Amino acid sequence: MADSNDSPVMGKEFLKGLWKENPVFVAVLGMCPSLAVTNSAINGIAMGLASTFVLIGSCALVSLLRNVIPKPVRITTYIVIIATFVTAVDFTLEAFLPAIHKELGAFIALIVVNCLILGRQEAFASKHPIGLAVADATGMGLGFTFALLSLGGIREVLGNGSLFGIDLFGAGYEPWIIMILPPGGFFTLGFLLLIFSWVEQRRKLRTQQPS
Amino acid sequence: MSEQQTHIDPEQEVEPSSFKLIGTLSFAGFVSGLILVSVYLFTKPIIEQNKADAMREAIFTVLPGTTTFKTLVLENGELTEADKAGEESVFLGLNDQNAMTGFAISGKESGFQDIIGVLYGYDAVNRRIIGYQVLDCKETPGLGDKIFKNTAFVANFTALAVEPEIVLVKNGAKQQPNEVDAITGATISSKTVVKLLNRSMEKWKAPIDRYLTANPSPVNP
Repeated sequence: MADSNDSPVMGKEFLKGLWKENPVFVAVLGMCPSLAVTNSAINGIAMGLASTFVLIGSCALVSLLRNVIPKPVRITTYIVIIATFVTAVDFTLEAFLPAIHKELGAFIALIVVNCLILGRQEAFASKHPIGLAVADATGMGLGFTFALLSLGGIREVLGNGSLFGIDLFGAGYEPWIIMILPPGGFFTLGFLLLIFSWVEQRRKLRTQQPS
Repeated sequence: MSEQQTHIDPEQEVEPSSFKLIGTLSFAGFVSGLILVSVYLFTKPIIEQNKADAMREAIFTVLPGTTTFKTLVLENGELTEADKAGEESVFLGLNDQNAMTGFAISGKESGFQDIIGVLYGYDAVNRRIIGYQVLDCKETPGLGDKIFKNTAFVANFTALAVEPEIVLVKNGAKQQPNEVDAITGATISSKTVVKLLNRSMEKWKAPIDRYLTANPSPVNP
């Protein structure tokens, strides 16, 4: 039943999560991990990828089972599916990447209640076939990872003078410690939201006034 | 085809029976449980191995010259050799000539944000702390994590006298062998480490002394 216009639709569903409907910068979802674990670039990537894996896995499953799960118990079932993936990721990270697991700590388990993930099940995966659901989940997941990486990168460079653990400025640099403390998360997020909406506004203005 | 059906008219929808609801949830719970138990059983030995490796490495770091170690468990106030470390255990380090390098002791204490876990090397003959490593630390990055990143602070624990007790002094004021230079800006974390060491020493000094009196053979520093 592959329609001829299947792939452009799929591409659109994939791309929207990266920029236009970015879960962090546009929808402002999943703030808890976005602020809490992004004090370094590597933590941002790890958290983003862990969430992406959970998102893709659970969206695929929810989409496959969308006609089987009775409506009154759908949220409960989604949470069971999501929690299963999260716990599996938790154990796997602890076994194979113990350093990252230690750093992310309790926030891995908290992926279960990340509203981005449950939101995608309810808003998209439960209403669309698996191909589109996976495209949507991948886009959203990568958009989330991109956002966490931007936050983590900026905070690590300013707050620790390094990026991915590599020293950038030498011993003469006095790091802005506040940037890796909780307030730094809010500053950076606010600043990035500002840039995002400014770019978006400029784009809208340009499309409204064709040259 | 059902895959193209994206919306179900609410009026056409029939309320599913209770059996179906219970059945769906039970099935979801069953499958989820099955997956989780498999993942848990698969990863458990690897996770335990990782922890044991990390502990081994830490023991070798805090007791310089150590090549093997014995695990000692505290039972009724006495230390006895055991195969596996329990809640209340210390490690006796031995060098390649089978002489004692010291005791590796772990301790926990509430820090500024969360529990700080430390493993330290204790030279029971000279009554000094000879090595120190932080195992668990969620202290403020950039400040509290200096308890293991700041080399000057870590250097406090290479020959630190534990008697009469360890005392925290202002940075740069260390004069006595039992004094520790605090980290500027991370006073609570520094205090926690000192408190942890004092409390842990209080607990372990007597059992270790009794053990060494009963087993004088490994003493050959």
